Amino acid sequence: MIPAAFDYIRAGSADDAFAQLQRLGADARVLAGGQSLIPAMRFRLARPAVLVDINGLKDLDYIRIDSGTLSMGAIARDSAVERAPWIQERKWSLLHDVSRVVADPVVRQMGTVVGSLCHNDPSGDWTAVALAARAELVVRGAAGERTVGIDDFLVDSFTTAVQEGEMALAVRFSVPDDRTAGSYQKVERKVGDYATAAVAVQVSLNADGTVREAGIALSAAGPCAVRVAEAEALLKGQAPTADLIKAAADAASRKSEPQADLRGSIEYKKNLAGVLVSRGLRQALARLGVQS
Amino acid sequence: MKVSITVNGVQHEKDVEPRTLLAYFLREHCGLTGTHVGCDTSSCGCCVVVMDGDTAVKSCTMFAAQADGHAITTVEGLAQGGALHPLQQAFWDQHGLQCGYCTPGMLMTSYALLKHKPNPTDAEVREELAGNLCRCTGYNNIVKAVRQAAETLQAAPAQK
Repeated sequence: MIPAAFDYIRAGSADDAFAQLQRLGADARVLAGGQSLIPAMRFRLARPAVLVDINGLKDLDYIRIDSGTLSMGAIARDSAVERAPWIQERKWSLLHDVSRVVADPVVRQMGTVVGSLCHNDPSGDWTAVALAARAELVVRGAAGERTVGIDDFLVDSFTTAVQEGEMALAVRFSVPDDRTAGSYQKVERKVGDYATAAVAVQVSLNADGTVREAGIALSAAGPCAVRVAEAEALLKGQAPTADLIKAAADAASRKSEPQADLRGSIEYKKNLAGVLVSRGLRQALARLGVQS
Repeated sequence: MKVSITVNGVQHEKDVEPRTLLAYFLREHCGLTGTHVGCDTSSCGCCVVVMDGDTAVKSCTMFAAQADGHAITTVEGLAQGGALHPLQQAFWDQHGLQCGYCTPGMLMTSYALLKHKPNPTDAEVREELAGNLCRCTGYNNIVKAVRQAAETLQAAPAQK
């Protein structure tokens, strides 16, 4: 399958890419890793008239931690996240887990974190992780750069707060404190398949062992990844007991609105979302030395 | 549009449509049909080639335009002077293939793997090859072959 014809522009700089997007509006798409866009173009599900290739822009190819913030530029690759030395630290365990299960190892060489967020696939991995970790995106528009919290960024299936003529420049995560751990739980039929269900969990504890903050989000559970605010509120300020974990899992099952497909029925997927929240919370807590 | 891509050490300057995928550039414009196209959905890994010496990429999910100015190594670039590359020899010795359709991709992913991890465990080989599907072998002999090649290359690091 060959994509429909398009014009190709290799951006010379981030400014150039932005100027091209402003000029072309709805006709143009940004080509970052291309690991979702190119298959979509091959199936003719996407037929952009122009691709603006940003792969050569070294100033967008960075992953850095400073002033309490982890920033990843628009072409930071999944493989670079997976290999980053800090990813082994407990407080980054949510990002550690997801970096090893996005697509497959070869796809991760090209695939980008920001591109995955901008694609906003209903079954995406990074979208749920960004919700649980309360990430924000840097978007450049006609009025300049702005930051958009992930809850506002994810609008609907394959739709984000990035408007025509705009581009996402980076994603930012707050560096978690040392009493933070996470877990990414994904059930898939085979490596690289869309998730049957997936859950991102991040938990920060107070010194007395109660939950200071919890982030819980589901993927493959509706039009796009979704936060389980009810489960987060249940845990906040409480000691994480087995009963509380069960209540959080039940809230996740209720929140899940999956579609039935070859991967499973609605009933199965709703149940699975709850099971994975339970497993994710237990793993995150175990990483913090708490048996639950 | 004009692209200039160094394939197995030879520079290829061609005029291509922007929508030309790297896999078809290699097969149809360069005549290098060792790179296979299997699934069309970036699932199977038959089309894997190595970019800039150590990065495995799926050439069916990348435009030739993106490889402009880069160096690509395909399965045809492994053997030197008629002598099989240690990975090819190991796949032969360990019977790491049956029909052979997935083999170019298996070899190129393994080639990049050994650049990053010269002495991988069985588990690491299986993990790194997770994006390459084989419907014949059951994978055991492929893993054995990669381990054999790792030993050979470590004993004689002068070989690429």
